[in-house]
Amino acid sequence: MSSNISPEIERLISLLSKLPGLGPRSARRAALDLIKKRDGLMRPLASAMAEAADKISTCKICGNVDAQNPCHICRAGGRDQTIICVVQEVGDLWAMERAGAFRGQYHILGGTLSALDGIRPEDLNIASLIDRAKSEVVTEVILAMNATVDGQTTAHYITDHLETADVTISRLAHGVPVGGELDYLDDGTITAAMKSRRPF
Amino acid sequence: MEWVSEGYILSVRKHGETSAIIDVFTPDKGRHLGLVRGGVSRKSRPVLQPGNKVKLQWRGRLSEHLGSFTVEPLSARAAELMEDRLSLAGLNAMCAIARECLPEREPHPEVYDAFQILLMNLHDPDIWPALYVRWEAGLLTAMGYGLDLKSCAATGSNDNLTHVSPRSGRAVSASAAEPYKDKLLVLPLFLQGQPYVTPEDVKAGMVLTGYFLETRVQWGVNKTLPDSRARMIERLSTEGYSR
Repeated sequence: MSSNISPEIERLISLLSKLPGLGPRSARRAALDLIKKRDGLMRPLASAMAEAADKISTCKICGNVDAQNPCHICRAGGRDQTIICVVQEVGDLWAMERAGAFRGQYHILGGTLSALDGIRPEDLNIASLIDRAKSEVVTEVILAMNATVDGQTTAHYITDHLETADVTISRLAHGVPVGGELDYLDDGTITAAMKSRRPF
Repeated sequence: MEWVSEGYILSVRKHGETSAIIDVFTPDKGRHLGLVRGGVSRKSRPVLQPGNKVKLQWRGRLSEHLGSFTVEPLSARAAELMEDRLSLAGLNAMCAIARECLPEREPHPEVYDAFQILLMNLHDPDIWPALYVRWEAGLLTAMGYGLDLKSCAATGSNDNLTHVSPRSGRAVSASAAEPYKDKLLVLPLFLQGQPYVTPEDVKAGMVLTGYFLETRVQWGVNKTLPDSRARMIERLSTEGYSR
């Protein structure tokens, strides 16, 4: 970094460049833009970030991030309390909520089992899921894991450990996406779709 | 530098925001790592799953560089095995063992061939557990720690071999093994060419190859066997294929 930039701006650029999607060059552009729009963008952004850092916590029930604990989904009265949808990350919960296809409870694992990254069952929120599934209210657990080897390994592991709980275990379908054309699909997706076919 | 080959994906690690570093097992280059640009894209992710067979083109300025791969799918084995928890446990274990135990860039075509056969049979739990043990035994041989199961280490006889010495890796006959039974490892009959495999044999085989892989290969680099192998054994036992 050039030495004629003040250390405050340099620090700002260096921190911005740590954000996903931003490299040093784009961080510099973002920093310049923030400086230009000091009152319109920089101060509100700084105060929003400070507020988020103070208020946001991880929900003690599902693992979601929210300003309330338990989170607004766990507290919502109109949601189905008998079904838990298990997802890997908070981003997956947001995707499910965007789709609006599910109106039950969630449980966020915080990742998948991975020998490569040294993520073991005790590093994930599996024990708390089993406790929740054993409560009398819950009747179904939906495993909404990614269709990857790690995601499905985790799903099978959870299924094994939910055998003692009196719940129905289901998982999301694998196969042809909406708008997908067979000609453009990869072999794995076609194989999965063929295996998961159902009467029509 | 450039080469073209085919191989199986053993693992994929995200690198930066758009790329991935893959670990592949090839017949002529051995286990090899390389960067795949755009490896975490929506198009590449289904291809870059452990167990999938891919065509590889490796490019690097010098042979010792990490280099980058261009990958084309050949077979999507991972998707076929994902549904079945036992097959998936086997796939995870074999990929983890290959990744952990094979040295980089050292060709082992015989281990590769056995890997391929094992992978092709992972859908059939009556066959693959014994194949898996044989593959691990072959891996030990390729690493220079092969088991000598031809004759008894104590008497030289080749009749009624029932155990293996944990010290030498050599077979021991039933009579010579009698006083040391609790210290010796059980030799499953299928490793001596018997066609029948019992759940007890599978368990004995897993213990046998696991012991030597851990003490001879893994301990040398301060590692233990991967968790996925233990999970596979647990699953085999739960489903009655190992006892």
